[in-house]
Amino acid sequence: MTTSSTAVDQTAGPAAAGARGGKLRRSSSTSTIDSKRQWWGWIFTTPFTIVFVLFLIVPLSYAFWMSLHNKGIATGGESVFVGIDNYVRAFTDPIFLDGLLLVARFVAVMVPIQIGVALLCALVLDTLATQLSKASRLLIFVPYAVPAVIGALMWGFLYSPRFGPAQDLFGLFGLAAPDFLSSSMIFTSLVNIVTWQWVGYYMIIIYAALRTIDPSVYEAARIDGANGAQIALRIKVPMVSSSMVMVVIFSLIGTLQFFTEPTVLRSVAQGAIPPDYTPNMYAYSLAFSYSQFNYASTIAFALGIFVFIGSYLFLYLTRKQSGLKS
Amino acid sequence: MTTDLETTQAPSRRTRRASSKNSRRIGSHAFLLIMALYFVIPLWFLIVGSTKSNSGLFVGSGGALWFNDEFNLVENIRGLFEHQGGIYWIWLRNSFVYAFAGGVGATVLAVFAGYGLAKYRFRGRGAYFTVLLGSVMVPLTALTIPTFVLLSDIGLINTMWAVILPSLLSPIGVYLIRVYSQDAIPDEMLDAGRVDGAGELRLFFRVSLPLLRPAMVTVLLLATVFSWNNFFLPLAVLRDTDLLPVTVGLNQWQALSNAGAGGEQVWNLIVTGALVSIIPLIAAFLGLQKYWQGGLSLGSIK
Repeated sequence: MTTSSTAVDQTAGPAAAGARGGKLRRSSSTSTIDSKRQWWGWIFTTPFTIVFVLFLIVPLSYAFWMSLHNKGIATGGESVFVGIDNYVRAFTDPIFLDGLLLVARFVAVMVPIQIGVALLCALVLDTLATQLSKASRLLIFVPYAVPAVIGALMWGFLYSPRFGPAQDLFGLFGLAAPDFLSSSMIFTSLVNIVTWQWVGYYMIIIYAALRTIDPSVYEAARIDGANGAQIALRIKVPMVSSSMVMVVIFSLIGTLQFFTEPTVLRSVAQGAIPPDYTPNMYAYSLAFSYSQFNYASTIAFALGIFVFIGSYLFLYLTRKQSGLKS
Repeated sequence: MTTDLETTQAPSRRTRRASSKNSRRIGSHAFLLIMALYFVIPLWFLIVGSTKSNSGLFVGSGGALWFNDEFNLVENIRGLFEHQGGIYWIWLRNSFVYAFAGGVGATVLAVFAGYGLAKYRFRGRGAYFTVLLGSVMVPLTALTIPTFVLLSDIGLINTMWAVILPSLLSPIGVYLIRVYSQDAIPDEMLDAGRVDGAGELRLFFRVSLPLLRPAMVTVLLLATVFSWNNFFLPLAVLRDTDLLPVTVGLNQWQALSNAGAGGEQVWNLIVTGALVSIIPLIAAFLGLQKYWQGGLSLGSIK
C-alpha cells in the first residue's frame, strides 16, 4: 500500500523538477513565485512535524540511548554507557526469547485466521445486496467500536466457568465445558478474542476494495464460462490484493505488540498468563514493577526492530501482489 | 437446502440454474447469520448481564444468555453513581476528553500535513514522505516507556496532557489525507484560484477543505477510536484514579473483584459500566456509516 506511492513520487519527482527547470529557464519571475509558494508545503506540515519529532523521533532516539546505558544503585544513580550489553542480555534472556516465540506463534495462527474469515465474509457480502446482508455487515463490524479492554472483559465473563454460558451450552450435548482460562486453552481463547475484535474492520476494508471493481469484468468472465468460485478466487482476490497486504500489515504489527487482551485476562487467568507473557508485557513489568527502565527500553526497542523488519520483509515479499513493484 | 425449493419433477435447465443460485444465496445468508451471531453474542451477554444483580450474574433463572426474573438495570445504573462516589462517570468523562482532544487534534494536524504533502512540491518532500511511511511501521507501544520517562522529566506525568499529547500523532492519518488530496483536489482548481488572487490559506479553507470532508471524517473516526481504545499509554502515565479513562478504570474494578473481598466484588457494575461505555462509539459508527464505509479503504486505492 505504501512504498508504491514513494516509488511513484521518486519517479515523478525528477520529472517534475525537470519540467520546472524548463519553466525556470523560460521565465525567472514565475519560478520565484513558484518556489516561494512551495514553502507553503513546509508551513502546512510544520504542526504535524513538531508532534512527530516530539512524540516519535525523540522517544525513539531516547529509547535507543537508554538501551545503551544503565542506571541504578550499582552505578550510583548515574547513567553509565554500557554499549550493547543490554542487547546481549536481551537476546540471551529466556523470558524475552519465549515472549518473542509466543507472539510469533500468535502471528502464525491469528493473522491467517483473521484475514481468511474477513476475506470470506467480504466475498460473500459482495455477492449479496439484501437487507440481511447489510445488517450482518454492520453487526460483524460492531466489535471494532468496542475497546479492546471491554472486549477482553466480556470474553473473560463468557469464558468464566462461574458465570459464562459454556457450561449450559456444552451441557446441551452432554459434554463438560473445557476450562477456557487454563494454560492449555488460553492461547486459543486469546486468538478468539482478537479475531472477534478485528475481523469486522478488516472485512470492511476488503469489502470496500471489492466494491470498486468494475462489474463488467465479472460479466466477461462469466461469458468465458467461469463460475462463482472461480470468479472469486481468480478475479476478485487478486484485484483486492493490495488491500489484503495492508490488512495483513495492520494485523502483523498489532499482534507482535500484543498487550491489552492478555493483560486484562490475567486477572481471571492468573495461572495461565504470567506477567511477562508477551514482550510488551515483559517491558511493562520491567519498567513499572522493577523500575528497570533501561532494560525495559532495550526490550521495547528490540521488539520494535522485529516489528519493523517483519513488516518490511512482508512488504518486500508481497511487492508484486500489492503493486509496490515499480 | 435445495430440495424444498425444487418442486418440479423434471426441472428445465433454466430452473435448475435458478434454483442452484437460490440455494447458494440461502447458504450465503446462513453463513452470514452465523457470523453475525458470533460477533453479537458477547454484546448480547452485556445487555442481558446489565439487568442482573451481582448475585444474579452467578445464579439466575435465565442462565448467562437470557434475562433473569429480576430486572436490575436501574439499580445497576444507580450503583454506578454511588460506588466510590460515582467515579465511573468521571472515568467516562475522561475518556471523552481524551478521545475528543486526541481525535480532533490528530485530525487537524493530519489534514494540514497531508494536504501540504500532496499539493506542494517543496524541497525534501520525498524524504519526508519516506520517513512518514516508515513511521507507520513503528510500533507505538515501543514509544510508551521512553515517553513515560521523558514526560516525567518535564513533570507532565499523571496529568491529562500525558495522554492527550502523544495521541496527537497519527502518521497513518497524514498518509490517508495525502492520498485522498491528490485525487480529490485538482491542481487546475487551485491554479484558477491563484489567478483570481486568492492566497494559499484562503484556497485551503475555501476550496480544498470542503473537498476533503469524507477523508477527514474517516481520519477523525480512526484517531478517535485509537485514543478511546488506548490502554497501554494511560496505564503507564496515570496514577490518580480521578484521571483514568473508563477502560483502565473498569479493568481495575475487574482486578479488584477477582482479588476477592466481598464488598469489592462489583461484577454487576462492571457489566453495566462496560455496556454504557460502548454505546456512544457504536452510535457514532452507525450514525456516520456513509462516511466511513468507503473511507476505510482509502489507503489501498491508488
